Amino acid sequence: MRKLFTLLALLIAPALHSQSGTALNIPTDHLIPPAELNTLLAQKPANPPLILQVGSKMMYTQAHIPGAEYTGPNADAIKARVAALSKSAPIILYCGCCPWGRCPNVGPAYATLAALGFTNVKVLYIENDFGTDWAAKGYPVAH
Amino acid sequence: MTSAPTGPPKATPLRTSSIAAIAALLLCAASLTTAAQAPAHPAQKNLLNRPAPPLHRTALDHRTIDLASLKGRVVLLNFWASWCGPCIKEMPLFDQWPAKYGDTNLAVLGISIDDAPADAFKAATKMHIHYPIAMGDAKLGTTYGGILGVPITYLIDSHGIIRARFEGETDPALIEARIKTLLKP
Repeated sequence: MRKLFTLLALLIAPALHSQSGTALNIPTDHLIPPAELNTLLAQKPANPPLILQVGSKMMYTQAHIPGAEYTGPNADAIKARVAALSKSAPIILYCGCCPWGRCPNVGPAYATLAALGFTNVKVLYIENDFGTDWAAKGYPVAH
Repeated sequence: MTSAPTGPPKATPLRTSSIAAIAALLLCAASLTTAAQAPAHPAQKNLLNRPAPPLHRTALDHRTIDLASLKGRVVLLNFWASWCGPCIKEMPLFDQWPAKYGDTNLAVLGISIDDAPADAFKAATKMHIHYPIAMGDAKLGTTYGGILGVPITYLIDSHGIIRARFEGETDPALIEARIKTLLKP
């Protein structure tokens, strides 16, 4: 039995380790589905969120959420962009490079803002990729 | 706050301490490897059964990539990134296929969407990739129907016509089966 548990632990440990710093660590109440963000943006709120694309520049240049700014995944670039903002400023992060559990970018970006004390950060939950879960849904994109 | 979601925002949190959750995690991982060939997106350009757009680039190792010169061969064109887990998983397999099927029959080309060429070069070197890899850009991505996620793999037949587009984490067996079909005389 002990050998079985040891074997199981060896098999599972890498999988659990690979989740650290990934999208899987972002609290569920800090996620926003694409449909909800689309609705929010369509309402043209008086205090619109700062939307940061924290993934690939090539993807951003092809198509991005209107109003979104590119910082890429670089923590220094993210910190510089939010340096002058109130800690309660609404911020939305997104990437969409890969399936949610495989995205290497949104988890660290969220952690960067959380460590800085930002309290109103949401992350766009992109299940597959930006093409599938945003562009293909007919939600607006800018080029 | 809750943590470690495995699905949409309202999904039940993962309990890593339970064996059932571990099994679910493994099953989930397995299911990801069976993603079917994705249809073209309505919001993106459908290139299936159309001539592949021109592709002429200098590879990271200074070889010339010229898609037009590869007519007569089936071409696997893979868009990838160094930080993309599924990409890193499938690329070493792609690298074996020209030797397996004959490099006069099948060519593999890689286009990186990394921001920094050095990152792509480092990853390709670490994986011992032999096929040519060039850097992509937004213009190329748009020309190829919108590369709004990786991996994306096109199969181009020996006449230069795009016959398949695989998007996201895909079972390599599906891609290989389609290659075999395209290689049949």
